[in-house]
Amino acid sequence: MTTEATTIAAAQNAEIAHPDTLAIQTFGFWIYLMSDLIIFATLFATFAVFSRSYAGGPTGKELFDLPYLLGETLFLLCSSFTYGLVMLAVHDGKKKRVLLGLAVTFLLGLGFVSMEILEFHRLIVAGHGPDRSAFLSSFFTLVGTHGTHVTFGLIWMAVMMGQVAVKGLTSPVQSRLLRLSMFWHFLDLIWIGIFSLVYLMGVV
Amino acid sequence: MFGKLSLAAIPYHNLITISAVIGSVILGLVILGLITYYRKWTYLYQEWLTSLDHKKIGIMYIILALVMLLRGFSDAILMRSQQAVAAGGHLGFLTPEHFNQIFSAHGSIMIIFMAMPFLAGLMNIVVPQQIGARDVAFPFLNSVSLWLTAAGAMLIMVSLGVGDFSKAGWSGYTPLTEKAYSPGVGVDYWIWAFQVAGIGSTLTGINFLVTILKMRAPGLTPMRLPLFVWTAFFTSVLIAWAFPVLTVDLALITLDRYLGMHFFTNDLGGNMMMYANLFWTWGHPEVYIVILPAFGVFSEVAATFSGKRLFGYRSLVYATAAITILSFCVWVHHFFTMGAGPNVNIFFGIATMLIAIPTGVKIFNWLFTMYRGRIRFTPPIYWTLGFIVTFSVGGAAGVLMAVPPADYVLHNSLFLIAHFHTMLIPGTLFGFMAGYYYWFPKAMGFRLQEDWGKRAFWCWVIGFYLAFIPLYILGFMGMPRRLQHYVNPAWHPWLLVAALGTAVIGLGLVFLVIQLVVSIRNRQILSDATGDPWDGRTLEWLTSSPPPAYNFPTIPVVADIDAFMDLKEKGIAYQRPEQYRDIEMPKNAPHGLIIGALTFLCGFALIWHIWWLAILAALGLLGTVIARAWDDDLYETIPAAEVQRLEDERYQRLAATQRNLADQQAIPEPVPEG
Repeated sequence: MTTEATTIAAAQNAEIAHPDTLAIQTFGFWIYLMSDLIIFATLFATFAVFSRSYAGGPTGKELFDLPYLLGETLFLLCSSFTYGLVMLAVHDGKKKRVLLGLAVTFLLGLGFVSMEILEFHRLIVAGHGPDRSAFLSSFFTLVGTHGTHVTFGLIWMAVMMGQVAVKGLTSPVQSRLLRLSMFWHFLDLIWIGIFSLVYLMGVV
Repeated sequence: MFGKLSLAAIPYHNLITISAVIGSVILGLVILGLITYYRKWTYLYQEWLTSLDHKKIGIMYIILALVMLLRGFSDAILMRSQQAVAAGGHLGFLTPEHFNQIFSAHGSIMIIFMAMPFLAGLMNIVVPQQIGARDVAFPFLNSVSLWLTAAGAMLIMVSLGVGDFSKAGWSGYTPLTEKAYSPGVGVDYWIWAFQVAGIGSTLTGINFLVTILKMRAPGLTPMRLPLFVWTAFFTSVLIAWAFPVLTVDLALITLDRYLGMHFFTNDLGGNMMMYANLFWTWGHPEVYIVILPAFGVFSEVAATFSGKRLFGYRSLVYATAAITILSFCVWVHHFFTMGAGPNVNIFFGIATMLIAIPTGVKIFNWLFTMYRGRIRFTPPIYWTLGFIVTFSVGGAAGVLMAVPPADYVLHNSLFLIAHFHTMLIPGTLFGFMAGYYYWFPKAMGFRLQEDWGKRAFWCWVIGFYLAFIPLYILGFMGMPRRLQHYVNPAWHPWLLVAALGTAVIGLGLVFLVIQLVVSIRNRQILSDATGDPWDGRTLEWLTSSPPPAYNFPTIPVVADIDAFMDLKEKGIAYQRPEQYRDIEMPKNAPHGLIIGALTFLCGFALIWHIWWLAILAALGLLGTVIARAWDDDLYETIPAAEVQRLEDERYQRLAATQRNLADQQAIPEPVPEG
C-alpha cells in the first residue's frame, strides 16, 4: 500500500507539461524514418526485379561512370560529416558555428543534387531516359526518390538556417536540428545502399 | 489553361449519374445554406474544422465514414439490382462502362473511405482515453491525417460529376490501368484518391504507434493495456509497415501513366505481376488493419456486457501479434493463378491456413468471456454474436480457398466475393457498429436508442445472409465476379435473392439513420451524466461524457488490467485531488485544413493535367508546412480555476445521478472535496 501511495505521488509530480516533448518527437521521427525505409526497401526490391530488364537498351555497365559517382558520393558523405559538426556546435551553443556548418552542409548537398541532375540529364539526352526500359525506369525512380529526399532535406536546411538566425538555438529549434540530422544521416545510409547495389553491382 | 478539363467532362447523358450528382449538389447546398442561416460558420471553423482535439477529430472521421458508407452502399444497390435484371435477353439499366465504374468505386470507397476513417475515428476517440492521456502524441499531425483522408474522399466524390472513375476494379490491376488501356481520367482519380488518403493513414499509424508506446498513464504496463489499445497498436504497426508499399506501388503506376515509364507495361521489360505483388503486400495486411480494431471492440464489448474480465487476455494479445506478423506472409494467395509454381503456392497456402489458428483462439476467448457471464443483451453484444457466427463461416470458406488447387477453381468467382464479404462485413463493419453504439455516449454525451439499434442489427444480419449465401452457391455454379450481364438462366433466381438481401440491409441502414435521429431528439432522456453508462472496465469511462478538452484533470494511476473497474472496486475512482493544476493543451490550428484543401486542388490538377495549378498548390503546401514549422507558440493553458469549475459541475451532475440511481449502486460515493 505504501508503494502504491508513493507511485501515485511520484506520478502526479512528474506529470508532463506538454504532450509532445523532445523525446516523443525524436521517437516519432524514428518511426517515420522506419516507414520511409520501407519506401526505399520497396524501390530496391523493384530495382532488383528489373535489374536485367534492359529490353534491348543499354545496361548499367555501359551507362555508369564510376569516378563521377565517387565524386558525387564524396559530396554526400562529407555533408554528413559537416552535419555532425553542426550538432557538436549545437551542443556547445555556438550559433555562428551552427550557421556556418549548415551553410557548408547545404552547399555539399547542393553539389550532390546538382551532380545527380547532370547525370540524369546526360542519360536522358543520350536517349537513355526512364521510358527506355524497365531497368532504366526502376533506376531513375530509385535514385530519383533519394535525390528528391535530399532536395527536401536542403529546403528543410534552408528553413533551419533561417530559424537559427532569427530565433537562435531555442529548444524547439534544437529539436528540429536533431531530427534534420537524423534525416540527413539516414539519406547517407540509403545512398550507400544505392551506390553498392545499383552502381557497383551494375558495372560488375 | 484547364488541361484536359472541359464542360464535356460532366456526364449529362447518363441519367443515373447526373441525378446522383444533382442530388449531392443540392444536399450540399442545403447543408451549407443551413450553416449560413444559423450563423454556425465561426463555430464550425473554430470548434471543429481547425480543432486538434482527438475526440473531435475522431467524430469528424466517423461522420466521414458514415457518409461514405451510404455512398458505397448505393453502389452496392446498383450492382445487385443490375444483376437481378440483366439476365438473358435483358441488358439491365447500366452500361458496362458505368457498371465497371460502380464496382471499382464500391470497393475503393468501402476500404479506403469507410473502413479506414471509421477505425481512425474510433482509435482517436478511444485510445488516448483508454491509456489515460490528454491527447495523441502529435495532435497537429492528427489533423493533417484527417484532412488528407477527407481530400481523398472528396476526389472520389468529384469523379462522380466531373469526368469518370476507374473501370479497372478497386485493386487497379495492370496492365489494364496503364495509359494504353485506360487513357481517361478515371484511373487517375483512383490513383490520387488512394495516394492522398494513404499518406494520411500512414501518418495516423505513426501517430498512434508513438502515442501508445510513449503516452501511457503511470502503471499502465503493456500487459495491462485494454485489448482495444493492443489492437490499435498492432493496426498502427501494420499501417506504418504496409502503407509505404502502397505509396510506392501507386507512385510507380503514376510514373508509368504520366512519364511513360515501363514498370508494369506489356512492353520494354515491364512486368504486370510486379504490380499485383506490391499491391497485395500492402493489401493483405490492409485486411488486418481494418479487422484488428474491430477485434478490439468485440473484446471490450464482450468483457463489459458480460460483467467479467476478458478470458485469456494474454493469449488474445499474442494471437493479435501472430496475426500481425503472418499477415505479411500470405499475399500471394490473392493470385495463386499467377503460376508461381507449386512450391511457392504451397508456402503461401499453408501460411494462409495458419492465420486461422490465432483467429480461432480469439473466437474461443470471446466465447469463454461470455460463458457464465451475466450478459446484458445490448446492441453491441448483438453485433458481437452476429459477428462470431458469420465470421466463422467466412473463415471456413477462407481456409478452403487457401488450398491452391481449390483456389484455381474458385478464383475470380462469386465464391471469392462471398468469402471476403463474410470476413469484412462482420469482421469490420459489425465491429465498428458495436463500437459506434458502445462509445457513442462517451463521444456525444447521450446514448443511442436501443430498440432501433436492435432492429438495424436484425436487418443487417438477415440481409447479409440473404445477400451473400447465394453468392457462395453462384460461385460453385461457375459465375465470375463483376458481370454486367449474363446468359445462364440458372443464376437468375439466386441473384434475385441476393438483391432482396441487399434491400433488407438497406432497411438496416435506414434504421440506423432513424436510430440517430430518434436519439438526438430524445437526448435529454438518453443523456449520460455519469460518464460510465455501461458499468465499464477501462479508463475511458472514468472521464465525463463528453470529456472536457483535457480528458483527465489528473492523470490516473493504473494498478491492474481493467483499470477503471479496479479503481471502482477500491472505491477510489471518483476521488478528487486536493487541488487542480494548470493544464497545457495544444492550440487549434488551421494548417491541417489548408493542407487538405491544397492537396485536393493539387490532386485534381494532376488528374486533369492542369500543370500550373498543380505547381501552385504544391508550392502552397510547402509554404503552409514551413509556416507551421515556424510557429513555436503551440500551446494554451487551461487555468486551474477553470479545471476546478468544470470538475465541480461534473461532480454535481454525478451526485444528482447518484440520487436518481441510488438502487443501482453502479457508482461508489464520490469522496467530498478536501
